[in-house]
Amino acid sequence: MRRAKVAYAGGIHEATPHGDSLRLSDGRVIAEDAVVWLPPFEVGTIIALGLNYADHAKELSFGAQEEPLVFLKGPGSVIGHRGQTRRPADATFMHYECELAVVIGKPARKVARRDAMAHVAGYTVANDYAIRDYLENWYRPNLRVKNRDGGTVLGPWFVDAADVGDTVHLPLRTLVNGKLAQEGNTRDFVFDIPYLIEYLSSFMTLSPGDVILTGTPEGVVDVQPGDEVICEIDGIGRLVNTIVSDAVFGR
Amino acid sequence: MTMKTLAFDFSPYRLSGTVYGTLLNSSESLAALGDAVHQPPYKAAPKAPVLYVKPRNTLAGDGDAVEVPDTAAALQAGASLGLVIGRTACRVAESEALSCLAGYVVVADFSIPHESFYRPAVRFKALDGSCSIGPAVVPAASIADPDALPLRVLIDGVLAQSASTGGMRRAAARLLADVTEFMTLHPGDLLMLGVPHGAPLAKAGQTVTVEIDGVGRLENVLTKEKA
Repeated sequence: MRRAKVAYAGGIHEATPHGDSLRLSDGRVIAEDAVVWLPPFEVGTIIALGLNYADHAKELSFGAQEEPLVFLKGPGSVIGHRGQTRRPADATFMHYECELAVVIGKPARKVARRDAMAHVAGYTVANDYAIRDYLENWYRPNLRVKNRDGGTVLGPWFVDAADVGDTVHLPLRTLVNGKLAQEGNTRDFVFDIPYLIEYLSSFMTLSPGDVILTGTPEGVVDVQPGDEVICEIDGIGRLVNTIVSDAVFGR
Repeated sequence: MTMKTLAFDFSPYRLSGTVYGTLLNSSESLAALGDAVHQPPYKAAPKAPVLYVKPRNTLAGDGDAVEVPDTAAALQAGASLGLVIGRTACRVAESEALSCLAGYVVVADFSIPHESFYRPAVRFKALDGSCSIGPAVVPAASIADPDALPLRVLIDGVLAQSASTGGMRRAAARLLADVTEFMTLHPGDLLMLGVPHGAPLAKAGQTVTVEIDGVGRLENVLTKEKA
C-alpha cells in the first residue's frame, strides 16, 4: 500500500496511485500534476544521518566512525514532491542528498536491535539539501547548512513497511536534468536501520511520525537554478524537486 | 508532560513544540574558549548563530521530573530566556524583530556536559525530558528589555549561578534577524536566546530552579533513570 497527501480543490486529501493518475480518498481521479503534493505523513522529529555510506564518507575524507553521526532538523524545512528549493545567489556548492526515510510507527524506548523493525511504519524518499558554503565547525552540520526553508524534501509516497520487508536492500539514485549523478544501495549502510533504532531509542523516545533520514551515498554535485533534481529509490518512489533562484523568492 | 499543552491566553495561545537552542551566544562563553576557536577543529569563530534542535521527546514542564541517564554523573543546567514567536518570522529586520514575539518564557535546557562543540553526539542534548519550559508565557509587552533581565539558577535552593540575559553576542532582536534569514519561525515556535556562561551541574536527587525576573520561576527535580 502506498499513499500520498495532496491538496486539491480547496481540501487536503489522502491519495493512492490509479494508473498514471491519483485517486483521492473521496473517489475523484486526478492527474498527478494537478495537485499540490504535501509530505506524505505527519512529520515529527527529523533525525538525519551524516556519512552513513562508506563511499560517501570517503568522498568527504572521513575515517571510520564509532557512533552514528546524527543531527536533527526542524519541521519548517520540510516540503513535498514537485516543490521548489531556493539556491541563494552567493552559494557556490549546493547539493542534493538522496536518502531512504524511515518513518516510525510505534513508540520506541530502549528497543533492542532484534525488535527494531516492528517499530517501522513505512518509508518515503528524502532529498536533504546542503549548502556547503555555509558549513562551520560548530555543532556540525550547522543549521544554516541543513535546516533551511525548503531544504528537506519528502515524498511522494508513504510506503507501508510490509511492502518492503525486513531486509531493506534498495537501489537508489539521483538524476539531475535526467542525467545520472548519484547512485548507491541501502545495503551499504554503515549503520543499518535496526542499529539506528536501537541506538537512538537508547537515549530518546521515538514516536509515530518521527523520521530517520538514513544518509546518502557518494555522488553529490552542485545544482543550479532551473535544475530538476529527481531522487529515486526502487520500490519507494521518485521524488522531484526544482532548484530556483533568489528572484523567485523576491530576494 | 505538561509542556506540550502549555497554553496562554493570547495569540498564538500555545507553543508549537518546535524548539531551537542557541549555543555560545554568551560573549563570555566564547571568550573562555580562548585561542582554541582559531585552532582545529574549529579554525574560526562562529559566524552564523550556532543553533541546535530540542526535539519533542525532550519537552517537559514546570514540576516535571528530569531523568539523569545512568551514563552521566550530572547534567548541565542551562538557563535561557525563551523567545516565543507570535507571528510568522521570515527575514525580519532587527528593528522589527521583537514585534514578531508573542512573549517570553523560562527554559531550563539540560544536557550531558561535553567538551567539544565540533560535532557533539546528539544524545548529549536530546535526552527525554531535558528541555523544561514554563511555568507560563508572559506577554511580550510586559518585558521592556529582554536583553537585561536578571537570571538565577538555584540548586536545592542555593544560588548556583547569578547572571543576566545581557552580554550576548547577538541580543534577541539581532538573533531573530539572523536566524530568520534562512529559516522561518512560526507562531508558537520557541528560540532560546542562549545560556549565560557558567551553567552549573546538577545530579539526580537535586532540585533545579531557574528564575528570570519578570518572566517566571521554573523548577524541576532530577531523578535517576528508570530501569
